[in-house]
Amino acid sequence: MGAGGGAEAETVLRLSNITKRFGPLTANDSVSFELKRGEVIALLGENGAGKTTLMNILFGHYVADEGTVEALGKALPPGDPRAALDAGIGMVHQHFTLADQMTVLENIALGTQKLFAPRFDRAKALARIEELSRDFGLEVRANAQVSDLSVGERQRVEILKALYRDARVLILDEPTAVLTPIETEALFTTLKKLVATGLSVIFISHKLNEVMAVSDRLLVLRSGKISGERRTADTNRGELAALMVGETIKEPEVVEHSPGDTVIALAGVSTAGRAGGAPLDAIDLVLREGEITGLAGVSGNGQAALAALIAGTMKPETGTITIRGETVADWSARAALAHRIGRIPEDRHATGMIGDMSVTENVISEAYRSPRFSRMGLLDWKAAEDFAQAIIRDYDVKCPSPNARVRLLSGGNMQKLILGRAFDGEPQVILANQPTRGLDVGAVAYVHTKLLEARARGAAILLISEDLDEVLALADRVIVISKGKLSPPSKRGELSVREIGERMAGHGFTEEVSDAA
Amino acid sequence: MEAFDILLTTSFWVAAIRIASPLIFATMGELICERAGVLNLGIEGIMTAGAFAGWITVYAGGDLWLGVAVAALTGVAFGLLHGFLTVPLGLSQHVTGIGITLLATSLTYFTYRVSLPEVTSPPKIEPFQPFAIPGLSEIPLIGHALFNQTPLTYLAYVTVALVAWVLYRTPVGIAVRAVGENPAAVEAQGISVTAMRMGAVAVGSALMAVGGAFLTMSAFNSFFFEMINGRGWICIALVVFGSWRPGKALIGAILFAAFDAYQVRLQQVTGGVIPYQIFLMLPYVLSILALIVVARRATYPKALMVPYQKGER
Repeated sequence: MGAGGGAEAETVLRLSNITKRFGPLTANDSVSFELKRGEVIALLGENGAGKTTLMNILFGHYVADEGTVEALGKALPPGDPRAALDAGIGMVHQHFTLADQMTVLENIALGTQKLFAPRFDRAKALARIEELSRDFGLEVRANAQVSDLSVGERQRVEILKALYRDARVLILDEPTAVLTPIETEALFTTLKKLVATGLSVIFISHKLNEVMAVSDRLLVLRSGKISGERRTADTNRGELAALMVGETIKEPEVVEHSPGDTVIALAGVSTAGRAGGAPLDAIDLVLREGEITGLAGVSGNGQAALAALIAGTMKPETGTITIRGETVADWSARAALAHRIGRIPEDRHATGMIGDMSVTENVISEAYRSPRFSRMGLLDWKAAEDFAQAIIRDYDVKCPSPNARVRLLSGGNMQKLILGRAFDGEPQVILANQPTRGLDVGAVAYVHTKLLEARARGAAILLISEDLDEVLALADRVIVISKGKLSPPSKRGELSVREIGERMAGHGFTEEVSDAA
Repeated sequence: MEAFDILLTTSFWVAAIRIASPLIFATMGELICERAGVLNLGIEGIMTAGAFAGWITVYAGGDLWLGVAVAALTGVAFGLLHGFLTVPLGLSQHVTGIGITLLATSLTYFTYRVSLPEVTSPPKIEPFQPFAIPGLSEIPLIGHALFNQTPLTYLAYVTVALVAWVLYRTPVGIAVRAVGENPAAVEAQGISVTAMRMGAVAVGSALMAVGGAFLTMSAFNSFFFEMINGRGWICIALVVFGSWRPGKALIGAILFAAFDAYQVRLQQVTGGVIPYQIFLMLPYVLSILALIVVARRATYPKALMVPYQKGER
């Protein structure tokens, strides 16, 4: 799409030999590329390949150690977002930079009027926002508070922020990570309209099918270097994957088999609305031996509450939890561990591991009270360290020693430690909440393999993921969560991505059907 | 019934507004700082310093309004120090704030001792005098209380309106609120987070100092030790009580001041049956209760107490 093919198109942006180091890590290593008017470049790479760092340098958030950025032939002063804005560069960050308790209009117009003007001109801002949103199909409610908006709406606000300032180059950092499939399509439609007006786009992603659909040209970044540049028309997903990873990584095969007995059953469970996101609304859920139940949904729809509930960190307000036919009256984190529920938490840094404690201390953190690691209230460090060594060996964790602080480990290695801890003692239920978020392709395949191994030996697994492809690849049955309610389960392959997407947007739940009838 | 009759006396309401005035200044000051994301626990010390700076200026022969200006500049100086430590250096706002309070208080007492080594009883100045605003002051009950006050009280009213206007109706106000919500958003729009926060803390601290100066130049006519007496800490609570909104914070300040004026009069009515310390406690107990009711739902500025370091990973 776009006018990138025209030989006449002028260069709007030129990066030359950008190098950026964070301590011993080289995040960008002599990166150079050009962007033409009306062109869509996809910047492809794994997590940690240096995509976001590069864009932050371009936008002036970071100062590059070497290299220059030129916009329309003029060098941009390093480390000055104002200069980048003035040169027509707009950026939509992966984590939105919006002030939540302010209105859409205030967020968009922030910094566009003379700072010490006696009055903020709302009418002028409103007129321009309405014009832009009409022209490009970016529907927003200008007077709504940002905290009341859906993720898709917030992203539209971010794009409008850039357009409001007459951006000529739009950088989108992982724009689809938070969107439903339908919202993604709407975003692509908007991008087409924008490019038709001569805007240039840098689209950052690690999703191959999306970059193939949206871009004219692809740049692949690996370990901070450009490992390949292709015209979208002349390449294919296989080639790109190889360029991204540097080697071919095989995703594990899923072997069909039928599930066994029910391990844990939730009946009519509701929760109080405290965990962040929607509370659960009288849900029924059954997890069976040897079955992966995939929970798809837009984040904030009750995933956090369900995960907290199964992990035992939240008690049900109403309803019952039954394990192997016995109702558990006093539900708690300790009870969950006692019933052999293995937990892979959503955020490894915040709740999974304690960064400033050692590998050994972290791996025994769920079992330090057991006689295995303590005698008469004193820790048996020998046993603990042996356990840590065993996990490091069995799960191939790259770390200097069991005494190393966990903070120093990479995301993938940290996740391996969590797997080792959670899978110790063959848990009968496994809660895998966003188990591969932020991991590179190799680590993702490893986590998937381990989950499938656990399934093969008969564990009941709940896989909560915002990555729909992951849910579809692994889950024996898919349940969609929306506003704290669960959809009826559908077997592998029963529903198309589009149908699941509609459920994620809240359509097709039983209430709606009865309303329509 | 005597206890209730107090509420119908003009002198009660006059006292309530007088007591509220320094709280209004300092609460607006703290509100500005916190809206920009910087907690300023230096408030108690900055009020002490402002009280002394304004008073000594007048005592040395300066004009009353010059005293107010000197107090404000003293506030700016301590504000810039607090800002420098917490914004570019990103130090803990709690610890720095308490440090500023200790520093400002001690420095004030030290300066007082050095500049007036001989005095035994506190020397006096000629403070601001009340003047009635024609017309408005003749409204029954409320008119006299609101509009027969000193010029500094009128300045306090104007300050509230001005703070509300600036925060909600001007571009710089939007930037200040945004920097307390999400500094990255401000940075991404090409505005310096450091400049916005430093500016807000400096202006806020100036208001705190003027609040202190009210005590020595309008409520009383001399400076003595311990005279701020926890008013700064009350203002911190008032900001929370007001959910970081100028109008609500103003109501909170007047409410607290009314309790304070009420308890003094209640002591006289009950005539020593109940120990007077119970009455002294009353406004504080009530403000804690009010906080429990109001502030549990309050949505505080998201980036309050979160230092922002540009280019950090």
